[in-house]
Amino acid sequence: MHMADALLSPTVGAAMWAVSAGGVALGSARLCRERDDRLAPLMGVLGGFLFAAQMINFSIPGTGSSGHLTGGLLLAILLGPSAAFLTVASVLMIQAFFFADGGLLALGCNIFNLGMIPALLVYPLCYRRLIGSAPGRRREVAVTMFSALLAMQLGALCVVLETAASGISALPLDKFLLLMQPIHLVIGLVEGAVTLAVVSFLRKARPELLTRGSAPGAVPGRVVLASFLVCAVLVAGGLSRFASENPDGLEWSVAKVAGATSLSEHRTGLGGFLAALQKKTARFPEYQAVPAAVPGSASASATTAPQASTVAGKGSAVAGIVGTVVTVLLVTGAAFVLRRSNRAAVAPEA
Amino acid sequence: MASVHGALLDLKRLDQLAAGDTAVHRLDPRAKVLATLVFIVCVVSFGRYELSALIPFFIFPVCLIAAGRLPAGYLAAKVALVAPFAIAVGICNPLFDRTVLVHLGTLDITGGWLSFASIVVRTALTVAAALTLTALTGFTSICRALVRLGMPKAFAMQLLFLYRYLFVLAEEGGRASRARELRSFGRKGSGLASYASLLGHLLLRTWQRAERMHMAMLARGYTGTFPAAQVGRFGAREVAFVLFWSALFIILRLYNGAELLGTLVTGYLP
Amino acid sequence: MSHHILEIDHLRHVYPDGTEALREVTFSVCHGESVAVIGANGAGKSTLLAHLNGHLLPHSGEVRIGHAPVDRSNLHEARRTVGMVFHDPDDQLFMPTVYEDVAFGPMNLGLTGVELQNCVAAALRRVDAEHLAGKAPYNLSAGEKRRVAIATVLSMSPDILVMDEPTNGLDPYARRQLIGLLKDFHHSKIVTSHDLDMVLEVCERTVVLSQGVVRADGPTLEIFRDEALLRECRLEKPLSMQGCPVCGK
Repeated sequence: MHMADALLSPTVGAAMWAVSAGGVALGSARLCRERDDRLAPLMGVLGGFLFAAQMINFSIPGTGSSGHLTGGLLLAILLGPSAAFLTVASVLMIQAFFFADGGLLALGCNIFNLGMIPALLVYPLCYRRLIGSAPGRRREVAVTMFSALLAMQLGALCVVLETAASGISALPLDKFLLLMQPIHLVIGLVEGAVTLAVVSFLRKARPELLTRGSAPGAVPGRVVLASFLVCAVLVAGGLSRFASENPDGLEWSVAKVAGATSLSEHRTGLGGFLAALQKKTARFPEYQAVPAAVPGSASASATTAPQASTVAGKGSAVAGIVGTVVTVLLVTGAAFVLRRSNRAAVAPEA
Repeated sequence: MASVHGALLDLKRLDQLAAGDTAVHRLDPRAKVLATLVFIVCVVSFGRYELSALIPFFIFPVCLIAAGRLPAGYLAAKVALVAPFAIAVGICNPLFDRTVLVHLGTLDITGGWLSFASIVVRTALTVAAALTLTALTGFTSICRALVRLGMPKAFAMQLLFLYRYLFVLAEEGGRASRARELRSFGRKGSGLASYASLLGHLLLRTWQRAERMHMAMLARGYTGTFPAAQVGRFGAREVAFVLFWSALFIILRLYNGAELLGTLVTGYLP
Repeated sequence: MSHHILEIDHLRHVYPDGTEALREVTFSVCHGESVAVIGANGAGKSTLLAHLNGHLLPHSGEVRIGHAPVDRSNLHEARRTVGMVFHDPDDQLFMPTVYEDVAFGPMNLGLTGVELQNCVAAALRRVDAEHLAGKAPYNLSAGEKRRVAIATVLSMSPDILVMDEPTNGLDPYARRQLIGLLKDFHHSKIVTSHDLDMVLEVCERTVVLSQGVVRADGPTLEIFRDEALLRECRLEKPLSMQGCPVCGK
């Protein structure tokens, strides 16, 4: 499930960007050290494969719906964690730029949820540890299914936490969790089954291909640590938000921690840039027209809206609506003029 | 996501748009990437109930679309189609957040509806900005811009490889999937078994292709590193472009342009 | 002194799974000569080609380029001398634009600046593809891809051009264009193909490969007249040498 820009606050977005950018930097450095020149074309085409595979569906029996592969775990089994992570990240980036799946700010979240979790967390810490060196059929089935389920559940959990920590959606944390986790239970089962089937197919057809992922020394410790740290912050943040109903305090605390974790990422230009920019925008005064005292996402306490502010709210609402209409007219007009002048500028050349 | 075929058409369409030759196309990609980033950060940094102050931000994608002579209808349709997740989550807001924030005559508008509308507008803005950036710049140039802004080279190489072989593999996958569809009547044959086998074969062919590519690269002196690409120029025009838009976004972030305009207009009315 | 530029001497190759793809292949190519290597599917053509630039190394026997045997120590030199045009141009065109793809080889050879530009422009001009320089490979037609793939190899100024089924998948016009192009090259050429009419026009000499051994080696026209040999090697007379389907002449 892709996270979307519209549900993200810049703090959470920038923090996740910093984490993902750090992961990409570390993964790239690791690849450069490995110096396997066969890997570059292989990762490129496997990215293309993943892109194609995600668009081919199969029907899930008895449900009337269809599923497809997400692929993080499969690629990790085939390529090893770093290469798999970079491949998934590159596919997500194409999807963000061309299909606006998620969005540019949410790219950090998506790379974390769909790339880092399966390839850099679940694969090395769960799959590799449990599968052993020469797994029997039953063990392989169990471990693959469990890993895929775990990756999906963690991914879904992160989507919920990121959304909650951003505070744009009013969906209560518990309800959102109840919505997302069971859906991803199904998706995880599907993912596990497909991963298992494809790996079994490869084992029959070209067993030598499956040796790459199990190369020793493949656990990128620092990335794992940093990811856990951010997860912990998000969890704590998400919970504290619902405890205190005070999104500003949360935003501040997340910004503080994110600022600290992103220090090491400063050399990866974009992440550092975003984080720095975020600090500047964070100082902007909160918008005045909507009363600041309005309770956040509480559902029960909603009936007691502050009396005084509604009066002020009425005047600004009218101004807002009229202004919106005027702005839309102005923007359309500007476009019209621009297009005209553009055509006029081209015409003499033609 | 839509069918493989439709996705490919979309990719190619955006790619062809990027081949245009207008003043905004010619700008150094870094300038466009930076301006778009400032734009997105400013847009998403608004509070959850903000609506009117977001509207003036449409000036950015609209201006770029007009100046770059992009097909506005096509991009608008793409914007309307995407981000179902944001809408799906956003639609819950009116259910859970029933605080009445605005009275319009007898009509009470709750915070939920306001924040839902805000989510929809945010989606439209960020998606439009991202698609406009791609359509004006092209993915290859964006990658190069990102490398020069600090993205690791190995990742850029991966992105470029992926972008090149996306077309080849998506077509291959599309053909395989169509072949399966033609022979699976109704839901029979479109289940997990055939899916896994199809993916397995596709994966094998992909792997063999990688081996052939590696051979082709070695045949032309590849040693594991890619030669550096040519340099662009971040000149006065680029600086002006970034500064102008960033300043505008920050002003629009600080002052509600729509409301100021509205006050101005209503001030003259009785 | 012989002026053989490429010598293949008792070449034998066995794949890891035990398949003996080449059993005993011996022939040589002179300066400026165009040689076709033909044979049924699985006769060993592709395996043979993979030896020519050292992608595969022989189990026994030798491949010599300009009298130096190809081994691990001189792979670079061999790959520069032998320009390999692959079966599927999509495998060969991996850079974002045609220009960069053609420049890939020369850049790896150390060319920069104006020298590089001239080299790329010359290679593209040679195959009539100058107008394609800025395009992305996935936007090219099959014929254009094939010509650009040849340019990527020409830009490294190889002494020998090796082509794997160059006319495969081309429409008649693109095929004709390519044949014209190939006839124009004064490089030594080794071409594998099932398009025997093209072979007849482009190559003066033909080597017939069957089950890993050279079955025949001689002037193209002579070999194509030997119907018994062709049938035995699962081949057929080129259409242009067969009778007219209407009048039978």
